[in-house]
Order: sequence, then C-alpha cells, then structure tokens
Amino acid sequence: MSFTTSPHLIKDTSVSQVMIQVCIALMPGILAYIWLIGPAIIVQLFIATASALLAEALMLRLQGKPLSLFLSDGSAIVTAWLIALTFPPLAPWWLVCTGAIFAIVIAKHLYGGLGQNPFNPAMVAFAVCIVSFPALMSQWPSIGLKLTLVEQINIILGFSPSIDALSGATPLDALKTALKLGEGNVDVGHLLANQDIFGNFAGRGWEWVAAGYLLGGLWMLQRKIITWHVPTAFIGAISLISGALWLYNPMQFADPLFHLLSGGTTIGAFFIATDPVSGCTTPRGKLIFGAGAGLLAYIIRVFGGYPDGVAFAILLMNLSAPVIDLLSQPKIFGMKDKKA
Amino acid sequence: MALSGNCDQGNRNERERLMLKNLFKFHGGVKPPTNKTQSNTQPILAAPMPSRLVVPLHQSIGGTPRPVVEVGDKVLKGQLIGQADGWISAAVHAPTSGTVAEVAMHVRPHPSGLDSLCVVINPDGKDEWIAHGPADYAAMSPADICSYLQQYGVVGLGGAGFPTHGKLTLTPSVAMEDLIINAAECEPFITCDDLLMRERAEEIVRGTAIFRDMLKPQRVIIGVEDNKPEAIAAMQAAVKQLAEPFSVIAVPALYPAGGAKQLIRVLTGKEVPGAMRSTADMGVQVFNVGTAYAAWRAIGHGEPLISRIVTLTGNVHAPRNYEVLIGTPMDELLKLAAPHPDTDGILMGGPMMGFIVPNRQAPVIKTTNCLIAHSPRFFPPAPPEMPCIRCGACARACPHELQPYELYWFARAKNFGKTQEYHIFDCIECGCCSYVCPSHIPLVQYFRFAKSEIWAREREKNAAESAKDRFEFKQLREEREKADKAEKLAKAAAAQAAKKAAEAAAAAAAPVEGAEALVEPANPAPSQTSTVDAEKEAKKATILAAMERAKAQREAAQIKNTDNLNAQQQRDIAEIEARREVIQPTAAAPANENQA
Repeated sequence: MSFTTSPHLIKDTSVSQVMIQVCIALMPGILAYIWLIGPAIIVQLFIATASALLAEALMLRLQGKPLSLFLSDGSAIVTAWLIALTFPPLAPWWLVCTGAIFAIVIAKHLYGGLGQNPFNPAMVAFAVCIVSFPALMSQWPSIGLKLTLVEQINIILGFSPSIDALSGATPLDALKTALKLGEGNVDVGHLLANQDIFGNFAGRGWEWVAAGYLLGGLWMLQRKIITWHVPTAFIGAISLISGALWLYNPMQFADPLFHLLSGGTTIGAFFIATDPVSGCTTPRGKLIFGAGAGLLAYIIRVFGGYPDGVAFAILLMNLSAPVIDLLSQPKIFGMKDKKA
Repeated sequence: MALSGNCDQGNRNERERLMLKNLFKFHGGVKPPTNKTQSNTQPILAAPMPSRLVVPLHQSIGGTPRPVVEVGDKVLKGQLIGQADGWISAAVHAPTSGTVAEVAMHVRPHPSGLDSLCVVINPDGKDEWIAHGPADYAAMSPADICSYLQQYGVVGLGGAGFPTHGKLTLTPSVAMEDLIINAAECEPFITCDDLLMRERAEEIVRGTAIFRDMLKPQRVIIGVEDNKPEAIAAMQAAVKQLAEPFSVIAVPALYPAGGAKQLIRVLTGKEVPGAMRSTADMGVQVFNVGTAYAAWRAIGHGEPLISRIVTLTGNVHAPRNYEVLIGTPMDELLKLAAPHPDTDGILMGGPMMGFIVPNRQAPVIKTTNCLIAHSPRFFPPAPPEMPCIRCGACARACPHELQPYELYWFARAKNFGKTQEYHIFDCIECGCCSYVCPSHIPLVQYFRFAKSEIWAREREKNAAESAKDRFEFKQLREEREKADKAEKLAKAAAAQAAKKAAEAAAAAAAPVEGAEALVEPANPAPSQTSTVDAEKEAKKATILAAMERAKAQREAAQIKNTDNLNAQQQRDIAEIEARREVIQPTAAAPANENQA
C-alpha cells in the first residue's frame, strides 16, 4: 500500500462541492431575474459559462495541468455566472464573452490559476468592460419592456441593433441623474414615489432580484459555505453611511433600504466580497474587508461617476486584503492574555 | 472531603450540575464518524498467550532502560528485564514466565520503522508470577511512591507514554488546582478506555486517589465524552461507592476534546500555552484513565505494567477489546479479530493521529491503545490535492487557533522563519485541518515537514557551533602550549646563561692553572672543567679570527657601487649630501612646532 500519514480520515467535501453550492445559492436571484427581464439572462449565463470554460481549458492545456480535475472544480462557472449576472442582460454576446475570457485568462490564470488570483476575476471583468465600453455597460432594459425570447436573442447576437431605443439607465443611475438635473430642487422621496423606474423599496423589479440574492446568501451562511463576517460588515457599513446621510438630508440622500436593494449590494455582500481567494481570511480581517467594501461601494455609487460602486469597492479592498490579513492575525490558543 | 451520606450526595449532584453548566469551549474541532459501536458491545477478553513476546526496552519518553537479563535466563512474570535509565525513564518487565531467547534489535511500532533493543521471551506456558503483593502505601513517602511507580514501569497510556512519576512532583511555586483524569477518548474507533471504565471503574478511582494524594489538588475531575453513557454511569457509581469527592463530567463529543490542553480548557477554562512544557505550571495535571488503573495495579496489587487493553477494530469480522501482554506481535494479535482478506495494513492508534505500522510483526507496547485493520474500503485514498482557495475551513477547525492555510503557504515555500512566526510549534498535529480541507491538502504533512526541517537546521547549527567551539579551544590550547614551551625555553636559556657567566668568572680567576691542568689529569673536577672551558675559548677565538679574515677578503673582492666613480658622479654625490645637510633639520622642525 502507499505510505500515508495521519489523519487517515477526510471529510466528504471538495472544492467542486463548494462551488456547486454557490451556484445553487444564486438560483433564487436568477429566478427573480428571469421573472423580471425574461429568459435573456439564461442566454447570457450560457454564453459566459461556455466562454469561461473554453478559456479555462485553453489555459490549463497551455500550463499542462489536468483538464478534467480543474474544469470540474466549478470555479470558472461561478466566475462566469457572476459576470453574466452583473453585466446588462441585453448586452451584446461579445461583451459577456470578452468579460469571461478576460476574467479567466488574465485575472485568474496569468496570476497562477485557482487560488492564486489577487483580484476577484468577475469584478476585474466588470471593471475592464465598464471602462472600455461605458455606453454598452450602462444600457439596461427599460422596465415594462416586454420582449420575446427571439427578440432578446436577436439583440444579444446583434441581429437587431435597436438597443438604444429599448434601454434605459439603472435605478441608481436614474436617481443620480435626476438629482443632478434637479440641482437641489428635487426631493428623493418624491422621485422614488413618482418615477416609474422605482418600485416599493428600490428599483422596480430589481429589488426582488436583490432579495433573491439575499435569500441565497443566507442559505450559504446556513450551509457554512461562507461566514457571517463579510456580509454583515458590508451591509452594516452601507446601512450606516446611507442611514447617517439620509437622516442628515432626506431630500438629497436615499434611505438605507433603497441602497440595500439597489445595484449589486446583496450579490456583492454574499457572493463577491466573500470570495476567499481574493478577500481576507482572518475573522477580524473579514470584518474590515466587508466594511471597507461597503463604505467604498456607497461612496462610489453616490458621489462617483459610475452607476454602481460595488465592483470597484471590492477590487480596492482586494488590493488591501493581504495587508489586512497580515495585521489582523488572531491570537492563538493560550496566548490571548499575552502581548505579542 | 469529610462529607457523608445524603448531604454528600446532594452536594455532589449540585456541584456536578453547576460544573456541567460551567463547561468551556475550545475553538474549532471536528466530528468525524465515531465508529465506536463496532467494538464496544462485547466485554474485554484476555488475549491468548502469543508464541513469543518481543518487549522493546524503550517504550516511553526518556532514557532507554538497560537490559538486566541475558540470553538463556529464566524469567518470571513481572520480573524486571529493563532497569530505568535516569529519572525520566521507566522500568520494563517480563510479561510472562519463560526463557530469554534474544536481547537484540527488533522493529518497533514507530512510523520510522527503525529497530530498537528488545528482549525476546519464549513463554513457558505456566505464566508464573514473581512474588508480589500490595505496597505498604500508608508508610510510603511521595518520593517512595514516585520511585515505586518508576520501578513498576507505569507510564502514560494515553499515547505519548510519559513516565507517570515524572508528573507527580509539584511545581513548588504553583498551587495544584485541578487534577484531571482524561477519559474523553475522542479518537474514532478506539474504545479501550470506554470498556476499561465500564468494567474496572473502581480500580480507576483508587488509582486516581493515589494521584490525588500525591498532588493534593483542590478539585479532581474525570472528563468523559458524552458518547460513553455506560462508562460515565460506571465511574459515577464507583466514585460514589468509594465516597471520593471526584466529579465525573460528561464533555461534549468533539474531536480533539481528549487532547490534554483541550480537555483542560473544556473543564477549567484555562488555556495552557503551546510552549509551556508542563501543565503543572498552570496548576493542572492530566492523567489518562488507563494510567490511573495501571498505577493502582502497581500499588494495590504489586503488578508492574505488563499488559494493557487494546481495541482491535476496522476491517475485521469481530471487533473487540482485548487485554494484551506487552510485546505481543501485532499480526498475531489482529488475527483474533479475524481481519478481512483485503486488509492492507495495521493502523496503530486512531485514524486521526495514528500511523500505519511499517512492519506488522511490530509488538504491542505500553502506548498501543488500538489496532485498526486498514483497507481502502475503510480509508479510501485521498482525492488529488487541489490548490488552496484560502476558504479558511482549516482555521475554523484548528483547536489551537492557528492559521493552517498561512502555515501551509510558508511551509510549501520553505519559508521556515515565517512558519515559526505563525506558531508552527503550537500545532499538535491533531489532523482537524487536513480533515476539513475541501482541496484535500495533507496540511499536517506539510507541518511535519516544516518542523523536522527546522529541527534539522537547529541540529546543524548546534553541530556547527560546537565544532567552532572545539576548533577555537584547540587553537587556544595550542597557543597556550606554545607559550608555555617558549617560557620554559627562555627559563632554561637564562639558567644556562647565568651558569655560563658564573663559570666564566671562575675561569677568569684562574687562567694559568688551566694551562697547567692539561698535564695534570689527577686534578679535581672543577679545575678540569675550567681547563676544558679555556680550551673552548681559545678555539672560539680562532674561529672568530678566521671569520673576520674571510669577511675582509669578501669585502675586498666585491665591487661597491660607490667605488670607481668618475669625477662628475663624485661631484653629484657631494652636492646631494650638502642638500641633505640643509633639509634634515628643516624636516624635523614642523614636528617640534606641533609639539610646542
């Protein structure tokens, strides 16, 4: 027999099991998305997954790593899904494709592959595309726009290039633009109540997608796929700063609930900021990481030039994660009352 | 301690209830399938006498006992065969009566697979005891008891095998607060302590009382994992029967609750730092439940430690606990449990911290608590190792609150300094991190590698330093010897010179007599000496004169560069000499000025 050392038992767990559970946790959000936008998102998920897996296979082949082992770990699929879910649903196919390939080839494999990437690949893809194709990345389908699957596929594949007429801004963008145009004479409460783009809590329809991610996130917490630290700190930080500014001036600043259910708050808090590879790993580090990302996301989305700040906030915190981890090493058993 | 009757019972129940409430938690831990029910349903059975017994002399931590028997000696059961060597060492005894067949190197049950000195006994089948009986416990001083336990070979039976008497001496400055009997038995598969408690609880309590008498702790706690209700009940009954104020506490089953430091934490809330060698420094001492039993057998019955309970389980038909003589070859023993044909190895200890014995003929020793028949069915090989995704599952499982993923990273990079900064030596190798890793990284192996590399480097460094010390000392010694020699020579030369001077003075006083003495050989010794000296002086003078002549001839023969100069050259020389005359006082002047 082969020479083995203790422990001789291992738990029935694997990277692919973890990744599959992350995909399952995304399902409530995806279902809400389909209900809101239509099946186009499934097409986008498919395009992203196929491009990511192809890119992954190519990179594994180039590095001489075992294809079946690494292709089945599910990490590329999670990255692909996050890209598809954060890009505009009617974006042209090549945009999602470019994002997925960039994420896998540049952000993941050029840094050493699984477990080695300093930045979250999906967020790198988002940042690259929003900087390179700002117009395309800001065109979201108008609410109430009813399109058939064929029409949606035609738009995605570029056969009916009439996207400008069909699309609008995101709720966050709409609010920001309205406030800018109103120059202090508009009231946030009034805007939210009267514009068609806003629903009960945040963007009409989008609020339910965000709630779907929240549900999936809580399930992951229960399954111990993630710990409470990052989501709590992330959501806590956004709530605190948005709450403080809202109390300070409710005319100019939206309420915390609006911010929690807008844009990428919930998907960011539970699915992206919790990425262990590019995030912090110590308990205190995770709290700092989550809070920092939440704070930055709010600042960028409210005061910055981009429709949402979650992607940049997480990338900026990815940058600081190694230092945070270094400085937040927990005290070990038997050393807690000692200064070290 | 003087409680009695209902009051006693009431107080104890109250105390136990309170203590149960006050249990503490340690960080992390895992819950692997326990697999204990296979082997704990049947009572302990005495294993039959094996064909031969191979008793290693080195079975516990510390010095290797010296053999005190020779090939061909007849030994009786319980007779001393290995004398303890030093304080941290424990004696070894013949497990049965018979003949010493060999005192030779044999494989020992250790991951290294190395041989060690063993006494091989061919049993005579009579199993005849040496004269023995209970010790006069009441008359013995603590020091007597320590040396008694050492001579009776009592060592920790929980795993490490530390000589028990070494733990029974108090740290003078620290009050002993808690004596803990470790009966957690947290490793999967093992049930030897469970069965021992069920069947021999009273003797365990008596052994515990000996430790209590020695250490005089404020509390005595027997910690048992809550998955052993029968054992807990038996222990509680025994404690009650003997009216001892011991608490039998059920601790939550969570591996590694049976680690000494984890059990201390759970029962007392104290955290003993990894670097602290002895828990006694924190006012706690822990003994395995089997050790308490062995101590009582030694003191109460005069029986040295020659057998122990061993669980035979795993890939076998009939898992069960056996009372086994130390020295029984493992393959012979395992046959009792009828291993399945696909058994491909023997695992000694539990699956979390045990090891595959490199040779199945290795004997059972004092620390062999469990033999598990290994097969791929029971222990499937780990799936291929994937990269670490820093999920932190290992850190959440680590009972010492280390960051295994960081240690792994540094160990892999051979950055051993960093591994020490991240406390690699606090790692107890419990295996929780490897167990939970979704990437199936054998983390503990990386840590063992890093530790052994660090040790190897320390050894090399120490070796280099002592070599340097030796070299420097050698140099110092040689120099000193040289100096001594020179001094001696100088002294001798001085003495010689002084003697010569005195003789020369004497010779000068009688120069003429010397010449006469040449023709008068009957003259006394001193004048004869001076005659010889005078003769020598004359010879020397002749030689010197000859040398002077030779020198003059050489000088005359050699042409100097100042000879045969023409007029121009002579003028130049004269000019230069004149300039020198002027310059020399001037050159000396600045120095004088500076001084002024």
